[in-house]
Amino acid sequence: MKNFLISGLLLMLASATAYAGGYRVAAQGQRALAMGHAGVGVVNSAETAFFNPSGLVYLEDKFTVSAGITGVFSNVKWQNTSTGQFAETLQDPGTPFYFHAAYKVNEWLSLGLSVSTPYGSSVEWEQDWPGSHLVNDINLAAIFIQPLASIKLSKHFSIGGGPIFVTGNVNFNRNANRTLTDEQGNRSNITIDDTGVNNTGWSASFMFTPVEELRIGFNYRSEILLNAEGGEATFANFPNSTLTPQNGTTEFDATLPLPAELTIGFAYEMNEKWLFAFDYQRAFWEVYNSLDIDFANPNVATSINPRNYKNASSYRFGAQYKATDNLTLRAGYYFDESPVQEGFFAPETPRNDGNGYTAGLSFQISEKFAVDASFLYLRFKEIDASYDSYTENGQTVPFEGTYKSNAFLPGIGVTYKL
Amino acid sequence: MKNYIKYLPFLAFGLIACEPEFEEGIEENEVYNAGEADFSNYVSLGNSLTAGYADNALYVQGQENSFPNILSGQFELVGGGEFTQPLMADNLGGLKLNGNQITNNRLVLSSNAGQPVIPPSPIAGDPQTEVTNKLSGSFNNMGVPGAKSYHLLAPGYGNVAGLPGQANPYFVRFSSSDNATVLGDALAQNPSFFSLWIGNNDILGYATSGGTGVDQTGNLDPSTYAPNDITDPNVFASVYSQLIGGLTESASGGVVYNIPNITDIPFFTTVPNNALVLDAQTAGNLTGFFQALAGIFTQGLIQQGVPAQQAQAIAGQYAITFNEGPNRFIIDVPVTQTNPLGFRQMQPEELLLLTINQGALAQGYGSVALSPEVLQVLGLLQQGGSPSPEQAQLVLSAVNGIDDEDALDAAELQNISNARTAYNSKIQGLAQANNLAFVDADGLLQNVSQGISFPGGIVTSDFVSGGGFSLDGVHLTPRGYALVANETLRAINMTYGSDLPEVNVGAYGTVTLSDNVN
Repeated sequence: MKNFLISGLLLMLASATAYAGGYRVAAQGQRALAMGHAGVGVVNSAETAFFNPSGLVYLEDKFTVSAGITGVFSNVKWQNTSTGQFAETLQDPGTPFYFHAAYKVNEWLSLGLSVSTPYGSSVEWEQDWPGSHLVNDINLAAIFIQPLASIKLSKHFSIGGGPIFVTGNVNFNRNANRTLTDEQGNRSNITIDDTGVNNTGWSASFMFTPVEELRIGFNYRSEILLNAEGGEATFANFPNSTLTPQNGTTEFDATLPLPAELTIGFAYEMNEKWLFAFDYQRAFWEVYNSLDIDFANPNVATSINPRNYKNASSYRFGAQYKATDNLTLRAGYYFDESPVQEGFFAPETPRNDGNGYTAGLSFQISEKFAVDASFLYLRFKEIDASYDSYTENGQTVPFEGTYKSNAFLPGIGVTYKL
Repeated sequence: MKNYIKYLPFLAFGLIACEPEFEEGIEENEVYNAGEADFSNYVSLGNSLTAGYADNALYVQGQENSFPNILSGQFELVGGGEFTQPLMADNLGGLKLNGNQITNNRLVLSSNAGQPVIPPSPIAGDPQTEVTNKLSGSFNNMGVPGAKSYHLLAPGYGNVAGLPGQANPYFVRFSSSDNATVLGDALAQNPSFFSLWIGNNDILGYATSGGTGVDQTGNLDPSTYAPNDITDPNVFASVYSQLIGGLTESASGGVVYNIPNITDIPFFTTVPNNALVLDAQTAGNLTGFFQALAGIFTQGLIQQGVPAQQAQAIAGQYAITFNEGPNRFIIDVPVTQTNPLGFRQMQPEELLLLTINQGALAQGYGSVALSPEVLQVLGLLQQGGSPSPEQAQLVLSAVNGIDDEDALDAAELQNISNARTAYNSKIQGLAQANNLAFVDADGLLQNVSQGISFPGGIVTSDFVSGGGFSLDGVHLTPRGYALVANETLRAINMTYGSDLPEVNVGAYGTVTLSDNVN
């Protein structure tokens, strides 16, 4: 177990890839993911720690752990039929992971711990591709660590929540503009890099169980601003000229918001075999108005990158079928609305509305130990989009094209009960 | 568990097979078509403009942005093959012959405390392109900087033994043999499609030398021409017919370009001919000077026995008046019976070259050096005195007209215009007769001089800042070459019914900044 966790953490350092709206990565539990990532009303393992902490107290076992890792294989293609240019992202599998644990102190109190990576993005285009003035590659990751308490107020009602400690890192490279090169023809570019960007937030939830077969859940996770202060900005391949910034490093400040998220939903246990779940989720992306990068060097202008995200909803449907005592099958679907508005489609998070198709299973190897597997196929419609906020010489230069993307997320995890 | 594991290979296959696909993918050749043309083996012929020459040198970055290389990128979308170029060894651009540098490094725009330094200077560094290092293989881009029309048919143009003089160092680098011709090496590649832009240097050598060469119209033997001469239009026509005849034999099609007017090139338009800006007093002084000069010369003529009326008529042309504000410069012209002093004021259409010493212009080059001695003589004259012969000579020799090599006068411009008109009618006629795509490069550069806008800016012909012309003022920037490529794509689409997309002009650079100068 320990080795698994350590290797998972190491892999995490590689990256995590966005595949939900914006840079939200919905892969915080294989069981939930197999059911369309619906889980606010589901109580079946320590995964509940992430989806609805108030449900932990309903877990029957004294100690429960769920841990897992997901491989994110995403593909984004871009083309512009008016110029004949095309490009695609390089395959760089992200590996979001989770570790959730719950400990039943007594009948009315459970404590828990949730470690997960709900936000992250890794998009790597070919260096100097046609949109390189907007992004060559970006890699951002945030680890959420959350101690939890879940309190049963009555047979029908429980509450839960806890503080969230976030540590994040960001690395973002793009070219200075569409044409500037050094004397050798290498495109001038800027990398911003910061690690150990820390902040805190919280989540609160409740679960209402009117009848034994039906659980209604509510979960709210607060907004967290990742303030990169004093990060390192590296200017490379600028020509030796007093008309351009000098090569070398300077500090930068930037803020990347991780938006608040509200989820309500229910789970209905039709009979011993079947369970159905539905979540409605609202992510408050409106906070992501602009990515402003303020350089310490006074000769370098602040980079203003309007994003103008809007709040976005997702609708998640899942079903679970207990085939045998040892085998549980799951399937689901979700619709994920993109927070990106028309004219703000930046290739660093090239996401339009997505349709997720999920499936998975749990296999009970022993009484204590189960293996959870899930698979998600995420499909995006072909879309003609543009980013209209890039300017040169005071003139707007839209970056236009057609995008088509999809993602495959096979995941594996374990559930351990004591 | 075993039962499920056996499905894993299918899962893995699914991951690979399910790459996203566009309904109509460019990469899958579902968007564009070649029409009646076959772009599988495109060969470009021409001069520096075809080679990608810029900033007074040929260098790798310029070659990568040559218009044929830009075109080949679009041709690839409809079955075009690999496009090879005789790339230089570096981005410095200077050529070496047996270790001695024979051409300058490329020009860059240097700066001083955030201000650009004009004129541009050559970039510092030891260039590594040795002419005698023969490149192996054939090259799709057969553009040879400096080539005139008849050079493309000249055996020995790529023979190192002919340097300097009969041979061209750029062609020496990649000619297939000492006796090879540019056309022969092009045809040996069996081009399926060609571009031909030749003839610019047949007038440009003359133009950039300020017309110091000879207009060879009437002389049908190009082997007797010097570099700065104008090629006889009949020679051009004959050469051009042979080039088209050879190329159309194997190729499914091609595109040809006419010759732009030099008045659309910043080398000839940057220094205005009326940059003699005077205050009222200096204008008065100069006017007085030339009145005095005309008077002195009238007296001189009369003393030589010329009738007074005739003497006044001849000398009267030298009584040039100057006004406060901009005035046109004085230019030297050949001494004739009607202009025995061999100078006059420039005419409105006459041009100064970019290479003229602008510092000297500010010091009286193109007007008069009004030295204290000269002013003294002028004072004497104003008081009705008679100058001595020495004093008279002092006044006459104070005139400092612009030299022939720094300007194009009306007669020279007429020579250039006559030849260019003849070349262009031949080019267009042969294009029509052979159903070739025709690019009106002349019209294109006229439009550039008016300004062509694109998302993110405007391309003009302004020296350094306009974005269309490189720092030598003659050759284009990558952005300028992109405009040529787009004009070409339009012409090809129209002629061959193809559907080729144009490139994004704003993605191509302009002049290069660097303070790495000597």
